[in-house]
Amino acid sequence: MQEAVPGAPIISARELRVRYGEREILHGLDFDINHGETVVILGGSGSGKSTLLRTIVGLEKPHSGEILVKGTDLGKASKGEIADIRKKMGLAFQGGALIGSLNVGENIALPLLEHSSLAPSTVDVMVRIKLEQVGLSGFQTFHPSALSGGMKKRAAFARALALDPEMLFFDEPSAGLDPIMAAGIDNLILNLKAAYSITMVIVTHEMASAFLIADRIMVVDKGHIIANEPPQTLKDSTHPRVRQFLDRVPDSAADDSLVDHLSLYVEGTR
Amino acid sequence: MKSETAESSVMGVLVRVGGATEGVLAYVGGLAQMTGRALLLLFVSPLKRSRGLQRAIHQAMAAGVSAIPIVSLIAYFIGLIMALQGAYELNKLGAMNMVPALVGVSVTRELGPLLTAIVVIGRSGSAFAAEIGTMRVTEELDALSTMALDPLAFLVAPKFIAMAIMVPCLAITADLMGVLGGCTFGVLGGGFTAAGYFINTRNNLVLSDVMTGVVKSFVFGVIITAVGCQEGFSTGAGAEEVGRSTTSAVVVSILLVILVDVVFTALFYMTGGLT
Repeated sequence: MQEAVPGAPIISARELRVRYGEREILHGLDFDINHGETVVILGGSGSGKSTLLRTIVGLEKPHSGEILVKGTDLGKASKGEIADIRKKMGLAFQGGALIGSLNVGENIALPLLEHSSLAPSTVDVMVRIKLEQVGLSGFQTFHPSALSGGMKKRAAFARALALDPEMLFFDEPSAGLDPIMAAGIDNLILNLKAAYSITMVIVTHEMASAFLIADRIMVVDKGHIIANEPPQTLKDSTHPRVRQFLDRVPDSAADDSLVDHLSLYVEGTR
Repeated sequence: MKSETAESSVMGVLVRVGGATEGVLAYVGGLAQMTGRALLLLFVSPLKRSRGLQRAIHQAMAAGVSAIPIVSLIAYFIGLIMALQGAYELNKLGAMNMVPALVGVSVTRELGPLLTAIVVIGRSGSAFAAEIGTMRVTEELDALSTMALDPLAFLVAPKFIAMAIMVPCLAITADLMGVLGGCTFGVLGGGFTAAGYFINTRNNLVLSDVMTGVVKSFVFGVIITAVGCQEGFSTGAGAEEVGRSTTSAVVVSILLVILVDVVFTALFYMTGGLT
C-alpha cells in the first residue's frame, strides 16, 4: 500500500462506474474528499447514493474507473490491503446492523477484541466510554432486539467509533427517527466533528440535517453528481434538479404523470 | 423440417441437461471451496483461535448437546421398531437370538448415523441457513466485512469444528440408544435378560461396525454445515428469501447426505469394512 501524500485527498474517485449486473448505477463519478472534512451525500431514493457509500467502503467493486482510499485503489487492492484500510474506517449502517447474537457491549467490543491486543478490562472501559459518547451508558447487556430504532443507530455509531477510525461513514443516520431523536443524532455528529478531526461521509436525504452538519454537500441524482459545493453556496444553486430537490417540487406537476407514477407504484407492489 | 425440430428439441434437452449439470458442479465446487477456506482459516489464524474456540463451543452446545434428547428418543424408538420388525420374521425361523445382532449391526452401521444426520439437518442445518440468511438481509454480514472481519472465520469456521465433533458424538449416542430400544423389546417380548441382550449384541458387533458409522457421521456433519452456510450466504434480499434458503438447506442436505451414505457404504462393502 502506497502512503498517501500529505495534503492529498483521503478519498478520491475518478470516472467511477458501478453496476449491479447489467444495470449501471453510478455513471462515471469524479470527486475528492479531504482529510477532516464532513461531506454529506444528498440524493433522492434510488439516486445511487447508498451504492456510492458501499463502493467507498469496498462492499461494491467498481466496474470501471477507480476509487482511491488513502492512496489505495479498492478495485484492485488485495483482501489484506482492503482489511488494513477497513480497520481505519467505521461504518454505521442504516438499520444498525448490530450482530444479533451478541449484546450491545459485545458488539462494540468485537472490533477491539479482533483487531487490537488490548486486555479485556481495557476493552470493557473503552466500550463504556463509547457508549457514553452516544448516550447509551447502561445498555451494555441489552441485546439489539431489545433496543428501539434510534438506540440501535446510536449503538451502531458507538461500534463504528470503537477503533477510533480516521474515516466515519453514516448511512441515513436520521432516517425513520422522530425529529427530536434526529436532532440528537445531528448533535452527536457535530460533537464528533468538534472533538476529533475525523473525515466523515454522511449519506442522507434529510435536507435540514445536511445543511447543519456538512462542510460540503454532494448532490447525487440518477447516478451523476449534479452539485458539489459548500451548503452556503448550494442554497443559491440554479441547477434545476438541485432547485427541485431543495424546494421539494415533485417530478412533474401534471396530474396524469402523477397517475402514471401511482399506477407504476401499484404495479411495483404487486 | 420435422427432423430439424426433432434435432433442435434434442439439442434443447442437451443444453438443459448440460446447464443443470454445470449448476450442480458449480454448487458442489462452492461447497468444497467454502469448506476448504474455513479449514484453512482454522490453521492460519492462531491468534484468534481462543475466541474462535469459544464460538465453536457455543455452537457445539446448540447443535450437539441440546440435540441429545431428541436424537436419543428417536434412536431408541428406531431400535425398538427394528427389534419388533426383525423378530416378526426371525421368530418364524426360530432365530430370536439373532435379534440383538440385527438391531446392533443395522443401528451402528446405518440407522444411527443416518437418523442423527436427519435430525441435525432439521435442527442445525436449517438454523445455519436462517441465521446467516437473516444476517445477509439485515446487513450484518456487510457490517462484519466493513469491520475487516471475515464472515467465514467469524461464523462458518466455528460451526465446522462444532459439527465435525458433535455429529459423530451424537451418532454414538444414537447407537447406544438404538441398542437400548432393541433391548427393551428383547426383555419384554424376546425372552432375553437385559445383560444377556447386551452381551449378545457385543458378541455380534465388531469395532469397524461402529467406526464406519462414526466416519460417515463426520462427513455428514461437514456436509450439513457446508450446505447450511452456503445457502445462508446465497440468500437474496427479504424475509421470503430466508425461508427459501432454509428450505433448500434442508432438502439439499438430506439429498447429499443420502448420496454420500451410498458412496461410503459401497466403499465399505467393497473393502470389507473399515480396515
